[in-house]
Amino acid sequence: MPQPAAAGPAREHRPAGDRVIETRGLTKAYRGGQLAVDGLDLAVPRGSVFGFLGPNGSGKTTTIRMLMGLIEPTAGSARVLGQPMPGAGRRVLPKVGALIEGPALYGFLSGRDNLWRFDAADPTADPRTRAERVGRAVERVGLAAAAGKKARAYSLGMKQRLGLAAALLQPRELLVLDEPTNGLDPQGMREIRALVRELAADGTTVFLSSHLLDEIEQVCTHAAVMARGRLITQGTVADLSATVLGSRGLGRLTVTTPDTADAVRVLKEQGVTDLEVTEDRVTGELPSEPSPQGHQNPATSPDSPLSSDSPLSPDSLELADLNAALVHAGVRVRAFGTERASLEDVFVHLTGEGFDVAG
Amino acid sequence: MSQADGVLRRRPLWSLGLLRSEIGMTFRRWRTLALLAVLAGVPVLVGIAVKIETGDGGSAGGGGGEGGPAFLSQITNNGLFLVFTSLAMTLPFFLPMSIGVIAGDSIAGEATAGTLRYLLVAPAGRTRLLLVKYATTMTFCLVGTLVVALSALLTGAVLFPLGDVTLLSGTSVSFGEGLLRALAIACVVALSLIGVAAVGLFISTLTTSGIAAMATTVGLLITVQILDTIPQLDAIQPYLFPHYWLSFADLLRDPVYWDQLQKNLGLQALYAVVFGSAAWARFTTRDITA
Ligand SMILES: Nc1ncnc2c1ncn2[C@@H]1O[C@H](COP(=O)(O)OP(=O)(O)OP(=O)(O)O)[C@@H](O)[C@H]1O
Ligand SMILES: [Mg+2]
Repeated sequence: MPQPAAAGPAREHRPAGDRVIETRGLTKAYRGGQLAVDGLDLAVPRGSVFGFLGPNGSGKTTTIRMLMGLIEPTAGSARVLGQPMPGAGRRVLPKVGALIEGPALYGFLSGRDNLWRFDAADPTADPRTRAERVGRAVERVGLAAAAGKKARAYSLGMKQRLGLAAALLQPRELLVLDEPTNGLDPQGMREIRALVRELAADGTTVFLSSHLLDEIEQVCTHAAVMARGRLITQGTVADLSATVLGSRGLGRLTVTTPDTADAVRVLKEQGVTDLEVTEDRVTGELPSEPSPQGHQNPATSPDSPLSSDSPLSPDSLELADLNAALVHAGVRVRAFGTERASLEDVFVHLTGEGFDVAG
Repeated sequence: MSQADGVLRRRPLWSLGLLRSEIGMTFRRWRTLALLAVLAGVPVLVGIAVKIETGDGGSAGGGGGEGGPAFLSQITNNGLFLVFTSLAMTLPFFLPMSIGVIAGDSIAGEATAGTLRYLLVAPAGRTRLLLVKYATTMTFCLVGTLVVALSALLTGAVLFPLGDVTLLSGTSVSFGEGLLRALAIACVVALSLIGVAAVGLFISTLTTSGIAAMATTVGLLITVQILDTIPQLDAIQPYLFPHYWLSFADLLRDPVYWDQLQKNLGLQALYAVVFGSAAWARFTTRDITA
């Protein structure tokens, strides 16, 4: 077998083998002419759980369709598992499990027969082990009791689970899941998250599109954000939050106190800026330059700017000083801490506040 | 990745597995069974009608289906003629209509349900899926024709005497040979449907609505049948797929007249090639967004 790295031009970052999905200037204009995906450069590292975010109509499903060879890109190229798509679909797709734009089933077949049908369409699937693999997949998604029921009679969540089972019929190197928890109950969502973690632990790369940000935040190691067909940013989830927070570092300081006026005065003295008062809460920007006093701890943790809970962080020493100053000045403090930026903040920051779908 | 290539080798007989899945699925659908029930019902109705008519003492004949007067008058003497009559009556419309439903729905129905994208990422392969769909439609042609023939044979055997067969050319052959000729006729009738199946498959690749594809195919069938009867259009009629359909009666002559039979099969092959290629060209390049 030729090495995948030898096939393509030299990569500036890492060898292509490290990337499970890699696109170059991937572009799609549907017949209307408007660009649904515009010059997308996506890089999904092997072994990651990759969250693919974007508002409605931002081109997530379109990208997934191109990656799966269902539609032809207007321009640019895509490589999946190191091979060009859609050209190498016959070699690549058996190693990819996919859930695209929700499940689609044969209503007149039972859940189990649906899986038989999809498995029969896979040229690499062994018919001798089919019954066993179908049984295992059905159990894995918690549908064993309903597998004999006609799919027409399935609820949305049951259909979604069956669609997932179809993606899990064979061991996969890559799972592409387009909004996998759509329609699931909270238990179902939790099970899917557990399933995703379990699969990732087995070495499967999971590419996951979703609007549910805390879901992405909970399971994903990496994320990319799309808006209007363009890639806004991609990277590790921690980096993404940090980038958006930027100089804010830990995020906003929040003090809950009945003595808001005093608190504002003390905090201002301590160098906190942009102070705002809402009812009994005072929020403000921490100084980007750590204040000189009480900051002699060199044990900076370089990896995660999000670990504001860590007592070893130098900033928390400073926070403690701030708190002490408040208390010292007679401010009664009910609650004290920093609000870390959630992925939702990142998302809204990057894609804009507007609710309307881009035309 | 090289280590996975060994494990994930495609299986040589996999296409047959897909074909079996497709055929099994088609014949499990209520719609297919309903179509077959209608096809099976036609000979029973014709047989009973002939029986009632002749029960009054008058002889059957005179009227009858387009292709059938010559056969219809013979039914009371020999139940085997109900097979020929029934095929002649179902070939112009019932059989091709049911083929139109099956062929029209083949790709478009999967697109409507959204299952097409999952078959393609399985990956079934577009060319292979198209071939499997066409083969399944052809299987339905054969099964549909045989259902008509068998139903007619059973009805004929129950309602009328069986015996030596007097051919259209006047000579008489044994019942056994008559049965063989009936089987040959059923096969020719099934092959006559190749053209309409290919047209239906092509239409099916054009749309994502199964209903629209079925309706278009059946509408086209009716239009072509009408065109085939308009005398002013005799210049194009030899190229219309139903034009030589009733030539199967030539198998009931001694010696068999091959001329029209060959023209029919040649025309069907032409339709299969032209519309099959068009379907392939369309389906292998189409964006699957449904
Ligand atoms: N079949 C199609 N024909 C024409 N335009 C399409 C088609 N499918 C999608 N689009 C357009 O492409 C753009 C991107 O759509 P896409 O389905 O990729 O969005 P998405 O990110 O998956 O959205 P959602 O979060 O709602 O699923 C939209 O503007 C949409 O109108
Ligand atoms: Mg989508």
